[in-house]
Amino acid sequence: MSARRISGPRATQAVAFLLLWVAAAAVVLPVLGILAVMVVRGAGGLSWGLLFSVREGLLPAVVGTVCLVTLTALIAAPLGVAAAVYLSEYARPGPLVRLIRVSLVNLAGVPSVVYGLFGLALFVMVLRFGRSLLAGACTLALLVLPLVISASEEALRQVPRRLREASLALGASRWQTVRGVVLPNALPGIITGLILSVSRAAGETAPILFTAAFFSLTHPFPRSVFGEILALPYQLFVMATEAPNVPAEVKWATALVLVVVVLGLNLVAIVLRARLRRARRW
Amino acid sequence: MAERVITPEGEIKIETRDLSVYYGDFEAVKEVSIALPSRRITALIGPSGCGKSSFLRCLNRMNDVILGARSEGEVLLDGRSIHEADLDVAQLRRRVGMVFQSANPFPMSVYDNVAYGPRLHGKPGREALDETVERSLRAAALWDEVKDKLRQSALELSGGQQQRLCIARVLAVEPDVLLMDEPSSALDPTATFRIEELMVELAQQYTIVLVTHNMYQASRVSRYTGFFLLGELIEYGLTVDIFEHPQDRRTDDYVRGRFG
Amino acid sequence: MDQGRRRSWEWVVERLIKAAGVFAIVFVVLIFAFLLWDALPIFRERPLRELLAGGRWSPTAEPPQFGMLPLLLGSLYVTAGALLLAVPLGLATAVFIADVAPPRLQEVLKPTVDLLAAIPSVVFGFLGLLLVGPWLARWLNLPVAQFAALGSLMLALMAIPTIVSVSEDAIRAVPRSLRDNSLALGATHWQTISRVVVPAARSGIVAAVLLGLGRAIGETMTVLMVTGNAAVIPRGLQGFLRPVETMTATIAAEMGETAYRTSHYHALFAIGLILFVVTFLTNTLADLALGRAGRAAR
Repeated sequence: MSARRISGPRATQAVAFLLLWVAAAAVVLPVLGILAVMVVRGAGGLSWGLLFSVREGLLPAVVGTVCLVTLTALIAAPLGVAAAVYLSEYARPGPLVRLIRVSLVNLAGVPSVVYGLFGLALFVMVLRFGRSLLAGACTLALLVLPLVISASEEALRQVPRRLREASLALGASRWQTVRGVVLPNALPGIITGLILSVSRAAGETAPILFTAAFFSLTHPFPRSVFGEILALPYQLFVMATEAPNVPAEVKWATALVLVVVVLGLNLVAIVLRARLRRARRW
Repeated sequence: MAERVITPEGEIKIETRDLSVYYGDFEAVKEVSIALPSRRITALIGPSGCGKSSFLRCLNRMNDVILGARSEGEVLLDGRSIHEADLDVAQLRRRVGMVFQSANPFPMSVYDNVAYGPRLHGKPGREALDETVERSLRAAALWDEVKDKLRQSALELSGGQQQRLCIARVLAVEPDVLLMDEPSSALDPTATFRIEELMVELAQQYTIVLVTHNMYQASRVSRYTGFFLLGELIEYGLTVDIFEHPQDRRTDDYVRGRFG
Repeated sequence: MDQGRRRSWEWVVERLIKAAGVFAIVFVVLIFAFLLWDALPIFRERPLRELLAGGRWSPTAEPPQFGMLPLLLGSLYVTAGALLLAVPLGLATAVFIADVAPPRLQEVLKPTVDLLAAIPSVVFGFLGLLLVGPWLARWLNLPVAQFAALGSLMLALMAIPTIVSVSEDAIRAVPRSLRDNSLALGATHWQTISRVVVPAARSGIVAAVLLGLGRAIGETMTVLMVTGNAAVIPRGLQGFLRPVETMTATIAAEMGETAYRTSHYHALFAIGLILFVVTFLTNTLADLALGRAGRAAR
């Protein structure tokens, strides 16, 4: 075998691997580039004034987003965790469970603007919530529901079977077992899932376009759940498309704030998940 | 056949009649009829996979939890069938308690583990609960070792201690019967010895059914022994008889270590 | 609490839990029902051919025109372009992460891809509008800094994480024994990947592409901000360099100004219905493909 000449398959492999490296770089570099650009251009526009002032600042939008995602979590959490408990602890394999899973897969894939339409039709119009924080939160809750359910179900399944058996063997009912042994041990994972859902809800625009969001300088804060709200992603959208007088650095700063919030929440969830995995002692 | 499966003297706590267990199509336990005496230790021996554990799980209806498992035949506890329509399964499982092969304490404190059972039935008063916890831990020969560590996590105990904790946990619900599924198979010889001592002492008050693959353990602690093979009860009688003059050839082969 | 009350309380709790589980089905049906209900009037008002194949979308004209062809083609162009970029890059990256990259690099790559997935769509739209679009327009000498290909580019960035993660799972699920057997026969690493591993992961990869497709079709804010929102029929390859309008962007742009239960309103719901049906199909197909992948791995 000559050491100099690269034979056919090895040459192919070298080329193929090179292309793979290039592809991976082509995916990774934009990410880093995006973050770098945002930090560079946005940091200049960041100031305490921007963050905390009401008239030209982001405070109303931030408050609006906080209210929105909090209400969303409050709606989605009980519904999602209960559904996950059903799927993990009670459901027997059969057509009903299959149908539920198919539905969840589809709910996860519905375009966000279609959720907006549904929210408009059901919450704003039929249920007469009007364009409001409530309608927006209900719509977003529906959007993140599949996420909450799948994260919670995974957390529940991680609890070992023998713990359930020990509880049942002591004469506990299934609900007592769920409440006393399974849920408490799955809680950290469930919370991680909720944080990820909150992060997702914080960044969504389309579902709140016709259900909750508006842009106002005079009444920026909602008076009740039936009022419209400002929200960070919508704020960014309006700034980018309709507000020519806003200085560029303010726009970039707003984008930066949104990204920091969303990625920050993601980071919290990921770190939490890693910590929990290490702390688990069974 | 009549001599190979005897009826023990004295009061019978649990009796099965033609009990069979199916997992799907597989018949794991084949028409077993056996009478388990009160306040004695009965050992069930046999090679692994012969249905002893499946049989045991019938006695407190833990097989109900397994998808695809079904049983036929009768199981009588103090003369009453445990499959009666209006029978409360949770109640049954308090009367017939189970200790599993590998210790599985809850990830809670020692105290909360033992208190778990009594708390299921309503909120007992603080004093009553403290009393129950101490009584159960003493009965499980664990009190002296954990009395200063009641609030510590149960997972920090040694393997042998965890198993005794599981026994205490079961004793706290005040059962009549203890089903023990290879309780010391994961433990070292010293810990095993302590569990065996504990069993003999508990037998004064409780009916104990012990599944074990360790023949020496069976011969050490039990009064009666049943030999299972491939889901069938081959022979059942006084432990001394089973080990010294077994009736069936297969029993003889097993206890002499020729297979299994 | 005595036994009787405890048991009835538990019965209630268990019914509620089951109801929560069933909700998922209820909502899917509800979404479809509401879309259908609010879309039906336009189908009764205009002939189907005019709606689906009509070339003019001018809801504010007199009389209003509801030809959806420009929108359908707009979505098609942008999505096709996005997949053209995202599938090869995504697959290649998945193969790279799963089989070729050294372990430490894997640990860096995976979070980076997840990071990409977490960036909100409005941010991608923002970047396209303010940064990438103007730069590309200068470079390619285009009159307008918003065009279909820009949408494809930003969408590709959003679809890639989906494709990467699902494909990667599929590739990792291929049993070791298959790889070992191939190598033992003298195949190179790359030959093993291309001839054994990837074909074995076929179903999962198909699912990944379908899910990426669903993601791209359904994306709203990004395309709303960068494709120009001109409801014209794109033609040929040139069409990529001109503004278009996607179905999603149409709804997002126009619903805010539309009065309740007018023809325009119904027409927008009709578009929503089409979107729902299309993503329903892609997701169900993807789920089937994943089911097959699961069975193949056993």
